[in-house]
Amino acid sequence: MIYADNAATTKMSRAAIDAMLPCMEEQYGNPSSLYSLGQAAKDILEKARADVAAVINADPGEITITSGGSEADNQALRTAVALGKKNGKTHLISTAFEHHAILHTLKALEKEGCTVTLLDVHEDGIVRPEEVEAAIRPDTCLVSIMFANNEIGTIQPIKEIGDICRRHSVLFHTDAVQAVGHVPIDVKADNIDMLSASAHKFHGPKGIGFLYAKKGIRLTNLIEGGAQERGKRAGTENVASAAGMAAALKDTASRMRENAEHMSALRDSIIQGLSLIPHSALNGDARKRLPGNVNFCFEGIEGESLLLLLDDRGICASSGSACTSGSLDPSHVLLAIGSVHDVAHGSLRITIGEDTTAEEADYIVRNVTEVVEYLRGFSPIWRDLESGKAQHIL
Amino acid sequence: MALYSEKVMDHFRNPRNVGVIEDADGIGEVGNAKCGDIMKMYLKIEDGIIADVKFETFGCGSAIASSSMATELIKGKPVAEALQLTNKAVAEALDGLPDYKMHCSVLAEEAIRSALEDYYKKHPDAAI
Repeated sequence: MIYADNAATTKMSRAAIDAMLPCMEEQYGNPSSLYSLGQAAKDILEKARADVAAVINADPGEITITSGGSEADNQALRTAVALGKKNGKTHLISTAFEHHAILHTLKALEKEGCTVTLLDVHEDGIVRPEEVEAAIRPDTCLVSIMFANNEIGTIQPIKEIGDICRRHSVLFHTDAVQAVGHVPIDVKADNIDMLSASAHKFHGPKGIGFLYAKKGIRLTNLIEGGAQERGKRAGTENVASAAGMAAALKDTASRMRENAEHMSALRDSIIQGLSLIPHSALNGDARKRLPGNVNFCFEGIEGESLLLLLDDRGICASSGSACTSGSLDPSHVLLAIGSVHDVAHGSLRITIGEDTTAEEADYIVRNVTEVVEYLRGFSPIWRDLESGKAQHIL
Repeated sequence: MALYSEKVMDHFRNPRNVGVIEDADGIGEVGNAKCGDIMKMYLKIEDGIIADVKFETFGCGSAIASSSMATELIKGKPVAEALQLTNKAVAEALDGLPDYKMHCSVLAEEAIRSALEDYYKKHPDAAI
């Protein structure tokens, strides 16, 4: 089997598993307990917090451990609104291709009286900093722009956007779920006020993540009920997962440069190989993208059938087609970069990992090429395109 | 549990009656690319019997499987019987479809009906 869906989740690293097991078998105490078993668990938790903080150049006190990226996104947005309301600021700026953890929270906030501006992400899937600046109003309380997109992998000009926000005294949050552990992040140098991350995207366990919030930002609770996480996130801490997250992040980050070099070389060879398929197109900027992300549209075919046939050939990948989402609309990300419905249904996302080999990359290209050709062979859309009855878009 | 039944996967992996009938007596096309499903059915009708049927489908696994199953259910049958084909019969023959995929079987029923309508339009003297 070739696992090429690392943007969905990743296999846990040995380092993460090794860090977790002792927390279950030996150090199982509650970090809030005063006896030594509890305090040993507390030490593990605080060490994990410090390790996570170090990777993004934050202070340990600026890290709140959450159940994952979605919770961190929810908490960041609600925090900004709660702080903004004190000064009558309830306008938020974000983009049309954010993760639903952001978009759905924004929708909920709109119902509660907030106003939202969603910026265009252009055909290349990159936000323009000058458009962020132009969208800032006197009542803007937050700019939230993802570090790297989960579907098309495009990396945003975070530092410039952060700088603009600083100059206008507007809080800046970034959903960095796809970026942490894979590309360098320095919250201080990058002018980031809040950042969300999820452990299972960098070989840690599922169900845990963190929210970085710059010192002085008073977080709004989503979960009440205890003094854990400095009173900002109630519930007995998931010590084992926190330890696993920290170990995974340290491990991945320690090899970030070599991983990125290896993965981006394979990514580019897959992109080159798939570009040879007639009437296909890469989605998102070719250079400013995550090292492991390949996202293509193929005219005349539908994504779910492509995925099922690739699964038969041992390849795990994903698609932005409507049928894979259970709705009639294809991926909001592909629509946001101007892809038309017809073509967006025929999308394929391949996200390779650190362990992917050149042979596997070749196998992926060969099999995607064959399956696309096979499906086009009995596609009425493809027949119309080839006979000239309809016009090719790609 | 798998997404689809074995029957669906069988018809998806090895679709029956795929292709085009150049001198078809009736052709029907339903669905639209915007929603991600298009089915096209070609019928050859001799003496009131569906002598041959072929399909082309752009769509998900269950759309392809539904097209394939629908062609099997009407091939060799009298036109009058083909007109009675329901989406429920297609879905049942496939050992069921997930709820949100039932529209695929509806499309298959509509594609066949549309091809038969085309046949009657082209052969106004054919008895219903």
